[in-house]
Formats: sequence, structure tokens, C-alpha cells
Amino acid sequence: MSKVVKNAQEAVKEIKNGSTVMFGGFGLCGIPENCINALVANNAQDLFCISNNAGVDEFGLGLLLRKHQMKKMTASYVGENKEFERQLLSGELEVELIPQGTLAERIRAGGFGIPAFFVPAGFGTEIQGNKEIRDFNGKPHVLELGMTADFAIVKAWKGDTNGNLIYRHTANNFNNMMASAGKITIAEVEELVPAGELEPNQIHTPGIFVQKIFQGTDYEKRIEFITEQ
Amino acid sequence: MALDKNGIAKRIAQELKDGYYVNLGIGIPTLVANYIPEGMNVTLQSENGLLGIGPFPEKGKADADLINAGKQTVTVLEGGAFFDSATSFGMIRGGHVDLTVLGAFEVSENGDISSWKIPGKLVKGMGGAMDLVAAAKNIIVATTHTDRKGNSKLIPKCTLPLTGVSCVKKIVTDLAVIEVTDDGFKLLERAPGVSVDEIKAATTGKLIVEGDIPEMNV
Repeated sequence: MSKVVKNAQEAVKEIKNGSTVMFGGFGLCGIPENCINALVANNAQDLFCISNNAGVDEFGLGLLLRKHQMKKMTASYVGENKEFERQLLSGELEVELIPQGTLAERIRAGGFGIPAFFVPAGFGTEIQGNKEIRDFNGKPHVLELGMTADFAIVKAWKGDTNGNLIYRHTANNFNNMMASAGKITIAEVEELVPAGELEPNQIHTPGIFVQKIFQGTDYEKRIEFITEQ
Repeated sequence: MALDKNGIAKRIAQELKDGYYVNLGIGIPTLVANYIPEGMNVTLQSENGLLGIGPFPEKGKADADLINAGKQTVTVLEGGAFFDSATSFGMIRGGHVDLTVLGAFEVSENGDISSWKIPGKLVKGMGGAMDLVAAAKNIIVATTHTDRKGNSKLIPKCTLPLTGVSCVKKIVTDLAVIEVTDDGFKLLERAPGVSVDEIKAATTGKLIVEGDIPEMNV
């Protein structure tokens, strides 16, 4: 069975109302632009979105927000987005904030079959909540749970028809872990090549984690803060 | 004279050692990169997945796939490396990063830090700050000694939601260098021309002053 699908519309068509969806990316870097646009068109409602950030007003996950397709957002940092602020303050959107390293590890653990683990982050803060605390090496740690999703949507630089993925520069970020944590993982890539053309030593995400793959088009790759010398 | 932001960064740069891996937070901490002593090998880590942060790109050379944790375009130095976010926080949590420098709203005399949330104002999230303060071997806070209204930021007990507990080791402000000890804030150095009394007046937490306090060399 081929993993290759025609385009983003076909890749996201099974994403229904109420689905839990992970989106790779850090800020606007390495986000699955094509699939986000396709989800806006597909109009799935009440999505539970998991992503490090929430995009900006006119780009990335901000597009799903604008159309009120999100019910809940799990992230570590959600600044730089006015519509997000508005929906959060008005109660239209539920938000869960998780320390970035804990979020990354919960996704990695979920995808790797580890139901729970202890980390020091959040001890003594409001993140601790009612979570179990245990001392290791004389230091208190907080029990955190692995996290999976109905769908994980990742963006890579290069991919092959077996689903093997290679990321470019800091556009890897959450994509690699999320690929393992989706019951169905959709990869959009800038360049899709036949299996055998990527150098096996260079693969970041082995194809076993990827169920659907397609070559994206018209990448805008917006930059949030252009800083130059 | 109280130090400006660059003065604070310059003083913090004196804490760097050859071979250090360092994570610099957003704001004043980022400026520390400008004062790494010549010939010293210090590698900057960015939690979005980069070791070996270089200077901002030349005009027209910005690459959307190459940013720092503040989402600014950067470059990568020769010998740098890219990796995913779980690996990045593995470096932090695993104690492989030698020094973390970050800003704060408040630091308490036992080393608690508040830096991410002001109740009643919009909450943007903690990003990687909680992971960094909970796990880094050595944490230096870079901040002004008082807030814009003149209230001390070095206080007996944090009033804002915490980022981490008993984790700050050292504080470098516009007025002083302070070590966080079991007994409270220990004054180590004064900014040039700033008196011990001025520092006392700006510190509401317990300040320990022993003997003559030297001026910072900045």
C-alpha cells in the first residue's frame, strides 16, 4: 500500500470534528503550511490542537483560530497572536500550557510507548497541580504522562515514498517526536523522492512512523522576526 | 552609576569559562553573547534545536529554517549542530548545559524565581523557562534591581506565580552582583559608584553584607 497521497486535501480528509491533532513547528519555523490550509478548507470543528505555539494572526495555526475550528490548544508559549488572546479571554478557547521540555518529552514518550515519567520541571509551581511527586537523587520530580494524538501533522525538508524524513536546520524542532506520536502521521515535504534516493545514514525520522506523505506546494515560510546584522 | 543592559551583560560574561555550553534567555541575557572573551570557546545552545548559535545573518541572508528560541533569524557557526526539541531538553535536563542566564520579575532570598505570569495580565506561557530553571546546573538571573515603579525585585518571598523553586544561584543587576545562599542574598560586588546603602535600599529580601564590597570590573 502506498503512503503517498496526492495533496494536503486528501491527506487531512479523515480529520473529523473533535479530532486531536499535533502540529510540528516552533513559531512559524517548520510548520505544515499545506495541511493547515487544507484543514481550514475541510472545516473540521472542535479540534484539540497540540503544538508548541499557536501561529500568528494571519498565518499558521492562527488561520484555524480565526475560523473558530479549535476547541482546545495545548502549547508552551502562545504570544504574538491577538485572536488567540481574544478567544482565550472570552472563554471560547480552552488552553493548557505545558513547559516546553515537558511537552517535547510527553510527545516523545507517548510515541515511544512510555506511559509516564518523572521530570524536575514545574515542581513547586502551579504546573505541579495534583501530580505525583517523588524524590530522585535528593531532588523532587513531577510525574508526567506520555501524549499521543489521533493525527500528527509534520513538515520535513525531504521525504521518500517509504515515509523516511529529513529536516532542515531548526525546522526539525517538534516534528521528529510528533511523527512517532500520531495514530496517523501525515508528513508534508518540500521534496518527495522515490524510496532509495535518500541516504539512510541521514534519515531523521524513519518511515515506520509515517502513514501518509505528499510533496507540498507554494511554501511561504514566513519569518516572525527578521533580524539581520 | 547603575549599569545599563550592556553593562549587566558584560559582567555576566565574566562568569563564562572555556568549554562552557550556555543557554541565554530572551532580553538582557542575549546580549551576553556580545561579550564572550576573545579566544574563549563558549557554545551557545538554543532550545528550539541548535548548538553553536552564530551572529544575526547578513542583510538579505535570513533563512526561515534557521531561528533561535526567540524566533529571530540567526546563523549557525562552523561545527554547530541541529536536533529535535526532545534532544534539546535532554541536553538541558540531563545537566549537559553548564550555564543558563535568564531574566526575572522577582527572585526570592531562597532562590525561587517568578518570570512567566502576572495574574490579571495576559498569560503567554512559560516556554522552556521552567525546564531550564529546574534542571540547569548553574542559573544566573540578569535583571534590573527594581521594577519600573521602583519596587525591589529581590524580595523575601515571590508574590507572582513561580517558574521554579530554590534554583537561582547568582543575580547580576544594574546595581550589584549577588549570590543566593542558604542565609539570603549575599552581596558580592557593587556597580561602579553605587554604594552599599543604595543596594540595601533597593533590596527588600535579606541582604548579607560582609566586609568591604568591591566594585565590579566592567
